[in-house]
Amino acid sequence: MMESSALIQTIRDIVQRHNKMPTRLLQILREVQDSLTWLSAEAINAVAGELGISPDKVRSVATFYSFLYTEPHGSYDILFSDNITDRMLGNRELLHYLSERLGVEINSTRKDGLVSVGTTSCTGMCDQGPAALVNGYALTRLTKPRLDRIVGLVNAKTPLEQWPREFFEVVSHIHRADILLGRHFADGAALRAVLKRGPDAIVEEMVKSGLRGQGGAGFKSAAKWISCRNAPGEVKYVVCNADEGEPGTFKDRVLMQDFADLVFEGMTVCGRVIGARQGFVYLRGEYRYMVDALKATLQSRREAGLLGEAILGDPGFSFDIDIHLGAGAYVCGEESALIESLEGKHGVPRIRPPFPTTHGYLNQPTVVNNVETFASAAKIAVQGGDWFASRGTAESKGTKLLSLSGDCERPGIYEYPFGVTVRQVLEDCGAKNPQGIQMAGPAGHMISEKLFDRRICFEDLATGGSFMVFDHSRDILDGIRNFAHFFVHESCGFCTPCRVGTSLMRDLVDKVHTGHGTRADLEEMRKLGQIMRVGSHCGLGQTAPNPVLDSLDQFPESYERRLRSTAFEPAFDMNAALEQARWLTGRTDPDAYLDEEILQGAMP
Amino acid sequence: MIESKLKVATCSLCGCFGCHMSLLDLDERLFDLAEKIEFDRSPLTDIKELGECDIGIIEGGIANVENVHTLLEFRARCKVLIAMGACAISGGVPAMRNQYELKDCLEESYTRGTGLVDAQIPNDPEIPLLLDQVHPIHEVVKIDYFLPGCPPSADAIWTFVSQLLAGQPITLPYTQIHYD
Repeated sequence: MMESSALIQTIRDIVQRHNKMPTRLLQILREVQDSLTWLSAEAINAVAGELGISPDKVRSVATFYSFLYTEPHGSYDILFSDNITDRMLGNRELLHYLSERLGVEINSTRKDGLVSVGTTSCTGMCDQGPAALVNGYALTRLTKPRLDRIVGLVNAKTPLEQWPREFFEVVSHIHRADILLGRHFADGAALRAVLKRGPDAIVEEMVKSGLRGQGGAGFKSAAKWISCRNAPGEVKYVVCNADEGEPGTFKDRVLMQDFADLVFEGMTVCGRVIGARQGFVYLRGEYRYMVDALKATLQSRREAGLLGEAILGDPGFSFDIDIHLGAGAYVCGEESALIESLEGKHGVPRIRPPFPTTHGYLNQPTVVNNVETFASAAKIAVQGGDWFASRGTAESKGTKLLSLSGDCERPGIYEYPFGVTVRQVLEDCGAKNPQGIQMAGPAGHMISEKLFDRRICFEDLATGGSFMVFDHSRDILDGIRNFAHFFVHESCGFCTPCRVGTSLMRDLVDKVHTGHGTRADLEEMRKLGQIMRVGSHCGLGQTAPNPVLDSLDQFPESYERRLRSTAFEPAFDMNAALEQARWLTGRTDPDAYLDEEILQGAMP
Repeated sequence: MIESKLKVATCSLCGCFGCHMSLLDLDERLFDLAEKIEFDRSPLTDIKELGECDIGIIEGGIANVENVHTLLEFRARCKVLIAMGACAISGGVPAMRNQYELKDCLEESYTRGTGLVDAQIPNDPEIPLLLDQVHPIHEVVKIDYFLPGCPPSADAIWTFVSQLLAGQPITLPYTQIHYD
């Protein structure tokens, strides 16, 4: 640990670099942690002092985000992505292998303080897993030989910059391109179109295009833009939601990595239309590896006159973009929680209405759109709304990027016009013998073979893009259990139906999964799921029971074959619960045990 | 011929008897109740053996072996089983020990206390052995109804029992289930 005066100087420098702005708190804490490996009480107090805010406010942020640590932590922080697709690729075996080789227990820090090993939610590398993060940087395609080398690098205290580059290689597997990924786009074309034709004409094209929010919710993008444009307020903002946290989704990663210009251009067009001068990209912490490249892209756009003051020489057109990095909180994908996080707070969803288009960032009118939505908007500005609307279905215009992973020969990105059938997608990606699909991630829907002829569009199966394939060799309940644990970890804790409901649901799924469940537990799951749907504050809790409720209908056999024949089973092993007391008292008399027979005899 | 009365049994497991006090708070309504029911095993009757009953009302959570046996017996002999009060429903105050190891709890009382002679953790077979944690009763047997409150007010108990005996769905008015 650093000397006190050195610590304060380090923190003072970091806070100064962020102009002492409390809205930069999350970014400041990330940098402080990069320097100190964890956030001690002393560090938190120093940050609070420099920013002139209360230590409690700083602590509330430091304790909220998964990637911020308020306990001592290793200089090397290795987190295995623990999505079901990573598990299919054998990540658990690798996790145990690494912890053994490093001599560190899972979810803890080695005694010498050099390295910590644990797990984290899906890191968006499902097409090239098993994946992990080391100090926030993505590691892909892990194997035992690769882990052996990592053990050597860690023990030799080799700085990350000197690790082999191929460990960090992230490939964009684009297997099918359509109008968004396939057509060439000249940088600045959309900006020239908006200057030539004016914002009104662009709004008109957006309306004609029928473009809907590509994050999955499907709200009409033009309506958002118009509402924000008409909202009273001098200062307005554009926010790009690149907090792609839905397990199984990685299309925004590919867009930000290979099509950043297109996304930035869409944001700039939006800025011009609504009258904003500032935009933010909220990039999920897991995509930290691309921050430098994105900043370089922004800089080259400024130099080319496509960003910053007087864009394309027009003194009335100024717009700039800042990158804000998340820190491992799925709930921040919800737009109002994202705004809270952007303001430097912990990410708890706001009560809506009012909506961000009138009261968003710093309470000013704000458009929050998904990465893919902005990319589409840039193309629409150039090619026109009719061109875009010529593809897709009546209610879902244009195309959709799907992130394919799980049991298929060619995982990766597939761009389809809306309306494609699930069966077609399965054929194209080489899914042999598929049993079921988790559509749109854990918050979406689990579908079985019976539904493979349904179409991917807002009228039928809506999706943000996650498409995880389970073949017949898989146990569906393994996936459901993984998702149930995921939601417990990601619930922000604000409202009871979600905070408590996700934990109860996990316990029930675990109970059935380990062979202790009964029919009464399945009924309890349905009741609980209904309460969570109706009672939760935001979409996270409302959708968290989906995997369980869907699979109870679609895959009843995966539950039923595990059930006990009794009407009811205790939720815990009662005899084992007496072990401590037996040991403390040294008792071995008959009353010191609760036998299985006694329990069964009393059950109705 | 007299219409046969419903048989009701009650007990307090790991609770404070506050729920039973609330039951006594029914006051003169107890006479109306006595027209319709007959108490079997209950702290109110001091009957020790549980017979076949229509309704069982449980106060308190599950903290030791005896609690488990009692609860299992109630489940086996009662057609309808009710969890009454916070401890039965969620473990309540006794469950505050769940955040500590059982060893620490017992040592705090029996080996680290002041004025102890021959300090040791009691191990007489007559004393029911403690579970490592306190559990709500629905984690051990199936529960048919949950009556919340710490304790539920006499009015809430009256509403609940009246509706149950009348064979109606249970709907407690808001005033009987808010506690501030």
